[in-house]
Amino acid sequence: MAMTRRELLTTIGMTAGTAAMYSAMTSLGFAQESNYNGPVNLTGAPQGARVLVLGAGLAGMTAALELRSAGYDVQILEYREKAGGRCWTLRGGDVYTEMGGAVQEVGFEDGNYFNPGPWRIPYNHYAVLDYCRRLGVELQPFIQENHNAYLHRSDAFGGEPQRYREVATDFRGHVSELLAKATNRGALDEELTEDDRALLLEALRGYGTLTEDYEYVMSEETSDYRGFERWPGGGQNAQGVPSEPLDLETLLDSRLWRWLPDAETVHHQQAIFQPVGGMDMIAQAFAREVGDLITYNAKVVTLRQDENGVTAGYVAAQDPGDVIEVSADWCVCTIPFSILGQIDHNFTGVRARAIQTMYYADGFKAGLEFRRRFWEEDEHIYGGISYTDLPITLISYPSHDYLSSGGGVLLGAYCWGAPAYQFNAMQPEDRMRWVLEYGTRIHAQYPDEFKTGVSVPWHKVPWVLGCYGIWEDKERDYEETVRMAEGERIALAGEHLSYLPAWQEGAILSALDAIQHLHDRATQR
Amino acid sequence: MKPIRTILPIALVIAGMAGAQENQPPMAEPEGEPGSEFRTFDPTEAEFENFRGAGNIPHQGGEAVYNAVCSGCHMPEGEGAVGAGAYPALAANPLLEAPAYPLTIVVRGQGGMPPFGSLLDDQQIADVVNYIRSHFGNDFVDGDFGAATAEEVAATRP
Repeated sequence: MAMTRRELLTTIGMTAGTAAMYSAMTSLGFAQESNYNGPVNLTGAPQGARVLVLGAGLAGMTAALELRSAGYDVQILEYREKAGGRCWTLRGGDVYTEMGGAVQEVGFEDGNYFNPGPWRIPYNHYAVLDYCRRLGVELQPFIQENHNAYLHRSDAFGGEPQRYREVATDFRGHVSELLAKATNRGALDEELTEDDRALLLEALRGYGTLTEDYEYVMSEETSDYRGFERWPGGGQNAQGVPSEPLDLETLLDSRLWRWLPDAETVHHQQAIFQPVGGMDMIAQAFAREVGDLITYNAKVVTLRQDENGVTAGYVAAQDPGDVIEVSADWCVCTIPFSILGQIDHNFTGVRARAIQTMYYADGFKAGLEFRRRFWEEDEHIYGGISYTDLPITLISYPSHDYLSSGGGVLLGAYCWGAPAYQFNAMQPEDRMRWVLEYGTRIHAQYPDEFKTGVSVPWHKVPWVLGCYGIWEDKERDYEETVRMAEGERIALAGEHLSYLPAWQEGAILSALDAIQHLHDRATQR
Repeated sequence: MKPIRTILPIALVIAGMAGAQENQPPMAEPEGEPGSEFRTFDPTEAEFENFRGAGNIPHQGGEAVYNAVCSGCHMPEGEGAVGAGAYPALAANPLLEAPAYPLTIVVRGQGGMPPFGSLLDDQQIADVVNYIRSHFGNDFVDGDFGAATAEEVAATRP
């Protein structure tokens, strides 16, 4: 009889101990948080072997950095005027021109910034963290979950935002009370032994802050979680006054509970980080290493491979003239498929099909600078995220420069799907008008304090034409697309060739896998 | 929090996009319906449709759907746009002569273009396809192939 993997592991654990079991789990694909195996170690590059890297985003620069250090002769072609790709930060003085030609001049104060693309680095994105360590990129905590931020729905509580801590505490308390009642009524007698029922009740009392009688009620204990009507203080007349929990029906009807697990996925749970000064500090750090290899403003228009090598043709990005040809022995192509599919290439078979049919997700973000940090001064919100059912989806407060007297930049919208498409179809000034309107329904200070803003719908970003690549029903083509077949000379890399789409970790892991494969092939003979 | 009812003049926002605007004009009350949820401006009738309907595109009629969605990439006059890659022009585009091609692309996607079959219903897709086939220098709805129908859209869905 065939054993399941779990049965096999249990057997190994019983017979050989936990260390052996952990090792077996890892090799069987369990217990593995990332396929980052530490710095890649490529040795013995063939003398003078040339590699052409297309795209100076994190995938391309990772590939270039490691291949050059292994002894390859590396050249990078980049469409933009600077490195980083979607690892991108907008600051005061930046000018951004989107598809269609609309220009936004960023008017932020010195030191303020907005990350239109990636903005956080989870603790389990080992590759990104390791490159930050190696390249000296300073990180600081990113506040993902803030109990004092808001949850908001237009049709709940008359449109008044509610504090996360109140909703979270009351939901946990009421659910615990219900489960305790069910347990005490015998509803779980078939599922649990008497001993386990007792343990469950003990757990629920602590977890839900229930009374001796397993009730969730107004008390100093519950207020210690949900907050007080009058908060405890010092000196005279300082005793805390407990607050009244929301009743269960109101809480359920409000649907505010839908956001409670948001910060709990492995990609969002604490600890989670951001680079000090903006996400593109990572791009800048890479560019310090490989900037001398990059040809900027180079728009690739042709890409051909045969058994002997690779030839790419490019034109000047802003003023296309003659096609300039570059040849190499190998190529790492990180150009998004939304663009690669429009380039005159000679990929065939499954790879060509994936390149031609992968569509790119929408996504919309807006960065808003305010004269005053009213969310801190008036509302005591330091970093973190408020969620809403309005089209802006969320407001995220800066996780840095707390208490500073100057203004600050909020992420004023981050949405997907139907709202993102509609923002995409608006001109910048209209997008900002709607983002401010919706934000005002959560923070009434918006109209008085707003100073300037910038917004980025990702389908209008000229060097991606979308946010990230989607495999969806084409996943069967994934392995064959990633693999450089016998006779091919182009390795493909980028977030779109990972199971971590849109994440920088996916881009770097994909690049490391691609160059390992390329190096193995280059050193075969 | 106390809701406030003020208007944020568009001029300020436009100026704000271009740089710091220090002197803020006085705020005025919006003149919308009493009880309107809008706090900073009065939407026009066309704007009022924006963002209504969770997860879907609420706009009805080819022109409204085009302006609310398609124009984002294919641009307001169907002229397309160019970056590292391009969004094809719909203006004077002979590929739009027969409805089947644009219908399939809108429903199923094409290259970097996402499928819109789940965001738009059959009538919206038929309407917007007829809109692009009869505007921007195209005159195909009155031609040999006629107008696309909601039934054709339904048959195109995977």
